[in-house]
Amino acid sequence: MVPDNVGLYEDLSAYDNLDFYGKLYDCPDAQRKENIQRFLTMLGLWEKRDVMAGTFSKGMKQKLAIARALIHEPKLLFMDEPTANLDPESAKTVRDFILDLKKEKRTIFLNTHNLDEAQRICDRIGILSTKLIATGTPQELERALSTGGGTRRTVVLLQEQATDAVLAGLRRLAGNVTTEGNKLTIELKDPEKENAGIIEAIAKAGGHIQSVTIAGASLEDVYLKLVREGES
Amino acid sequence: MRLSKSWIIAAKDFKTYRKKKNIIYALFVIPFLVAVLITGIMGYVGTKNGSSRVSPIELVILLPAFLFFYVILAAYLATPISSYTIVGEKVEKSLEPLLATPTTDSEILLGKGIAAFLPPLAALWGGSVFFMVLMDLTTEGKLGYYYFPDSNTALVLLLIIPLALLMSVLMNIIISSRVTDIRAGQQLGALTIIPFAGLYVSGELNLVNLGDTGNLLIIVGALLVVDLLLFFVSRATFRREEILTRWK
Repeated sequence: MVPDNVGLYEDLSAYDNLDFYGKLYDCPDAQRKENIQRFLTMLGLWEKRDVMAGTFSKGMKQKLAIARALIHEPKLLFMDEPTANLDPESAKTVRDFILDLKKEKRTIFLNTHNLDEAQRICDRIGILSTKLIATGTPQELERALSTGGGTRRTVVLLQEQATDAVLAGLRRLAGNVTTEGNKLTIELKDPEKENAGIIEAIAKAGGHIQSVTIAGASLEDVYLKLVREGES
Repeated sequence: MRLSKSWIIAAKDFKTYRKKKNIIYALFVIPFLVAVLITGIMGYVGTKNGSSRVSPIELVILLPAFLFFYVILAAYLATPISSYTIVGEKVEKSLEPLLATPTTDSEILLGKGIAAFLPPLAALWGGSVFFMVLMDLTTEGKLGYYYFPDSNTALVLLLIIPLALLMSVLMNIIISSRVTDIRAGQQLGALTIIPFAGLYVSGELNLVNLGDTGNLLIIVGALLVVDLLLFFVSRATFRREEILTRWK
């Protein structure tokens, strides 16, 4: 478990903090020492192993708390806002470390208010607003937003500025089309199905396409929609 | 209950004490300082102007009462250290991860108890032995023999002091569950010295003979009952569901 408040023993060194928890988790001596070295090294704290935890920066404390939670090699890990209040560099280190843990086939429950982080890290997401209001993969949640009356966007980059003919052709297929230089943003219900028609319409109107990207509804859109629905 | 788990927790606390210099100084300096002060006053009063202001009969009443001073110290010295072991964890927010480990409430409670009990006991035993040696050297000339140690001394050192210390530790654990500040815990915990101070004053006023084995055995019995009661109360107070949801 990685709690919101890291709760380290500030008068003990990083090594002693991990050693204490390793002993409480019945980690055999050899394995405990090996794990302490492995996790402190992975998190960039091995050189600071004999330094009092109380002198650590917030990011270092957070990393040490993660190492503490892993000392007995749990298959299941609960993390409560592991990157909250961290500087961008430390937050990235922690996120990358979580992704490494994922590769080791551990199940990680990540509690976060950072929706972008959840979208990037999580395989499945549960949205809580006093109770569990939705679960699914990020893609499933985005799709749920579209089928529930929401829209997604296709972004088309043209080699030149969009002509009136291109715009007219697109407006016959999609409700809302906006332009910004050579960039077209088209709101669609189901871009995977409708993009072929969009590409064809642009080509017919004489447009030259550089790239087509589906910009799905962000998790933030999904979250806000579900929470507002729950409130109303 | 696994004693090894409790010992791991206690050993961790012993390690953190080394960084809490004020706790260690208070713990080990006071018992020795008290020995020097009491003996110094006795030596000065007893030999002032070469006269015998304190008669040998009075000395025999005073000396066991003086030793009882270490019982008061037992209640007093346990307060800062036991407040720190529990409230310190609350302040550092380290109880939550500790409670997430596979240790039972009883193992944690015992570990905390050992950590708060052993250092003051060592300091008190050291200080009281030092006191007895100094006092024997000071009073031997007047009494014609070394007063300490005797069977009552053994009762005080081996039963009354540990039981008084245990009472203070348990009281402090209970108080710690209700306070969020180490200083507040210490102030409330210090109230445990009141009954012992009362006994000490009674001894000095010759209302209770603290040199009487029967009286000392009654004190031992009373402390045993109080400690047992406090143990059950502290055990009921220290429940992880309660700690995680209600301890602030």
